[in-house]
Amino acid sequence: MPVNPQLVDVAFDPVPAYLVGREKIREFAAATHVIDPQHTDVEVARGRGYADIVAPPTFPIVIQEKTLAQLLAHPESGIDFSRVVHGDQKFEYSRPIVAGDELIATLSVTKVQSLGAHSMVTSESVMTTVAGEHVVTASSTLVVRGDA
Amino acid sequence: MSALWEGIAVGDEVVSETFALTRDHLVRYAGASGDFNPIHYRDDIAQKVGLDGVLAHGMLTMGLGISPVLTWLGTAGSIRSYQVRFTKPVYVPAEKSTSLTSSATVMKLPEGDSTELTLALTVTAEGGQVVLGKAIVVVTPR
Repeated sequence: MPVNPQLVDVAFDPVPAYLVGREKIREFAAATHVIDPQHTDVEVARGRGYADIVAPPTFPIVIQEKTLAQLLAHPESGIDFSRVVHGDQKFEYSRPIVAGDELIATLSVTKVQSLGAHSMVTSESVMTTVAGEHVVTASSTLVVRGDA
Repeated sequence: MSALWEGIAVGDEVVSETFALTRDHLVRYAGASGDFNPIHYRDDIAQKVGLDGVLAHGMLTMGLGISPVLTWLGTAGSIRSYQVRFTKPVYVPAEKSTSLTSSATVMKLPEGDSTELTLALTVTAEGGQVVLGKAIVVVTPR
């Protein structure tokens, strides 16, 4: 089944606010070998002018995944999860995420393309604070492999 | 302009690091990121969907790819954007490790009113195969 091109018209609800925890940042930094101390040491981060420890640049994937789950679960998406391959990924920051941020992410599908038997679904998840300040936009293209 | 990138030229390599990647790293990343797709820990399931075996999460490769840049930057700058294209799988054997190397070179220097420095990352798996395409990091001084 091809991916439904009308996904670009779907208005997805924001996912519930995500509270960025210190220990989650430390765990993520350790898992991605991010060793600069501003990602683990509160005193270092504060000394550099941040409110708390700084999340590594790819950390927003944790929140973005919650929005992509909405896309995959959409009853009319036509996306078979077992055929999904991550094509590309981009993060665009207004400022770094720090521990204590409470972020609201909203998904929109920006493009659905066919390439032979495959479909490419491009989406972006805009993340703001609960007060509405933009922090980061995470964009990705998922390739949905069709029957050859 | 930040002192860190004073005197550097387009094409200069600013940092490079090699990681020894094991299955242990994949399990840790699964837990840290919440991505529990079994193709990242079960060979039988990976093979069932046409892969050679367990492979690293693309987002783990992306995360490791930028880590040397973060160490290099330290207090000098912050990340404005980071993008990659996932071009080749990074297979990780059940025993022993596989190496992953990330090198950052200067792609574009700040010019005019812009303070942005653009770095191109070259991320290669064991054997030299490039696994990320169009891997670009934009930083600004802080």
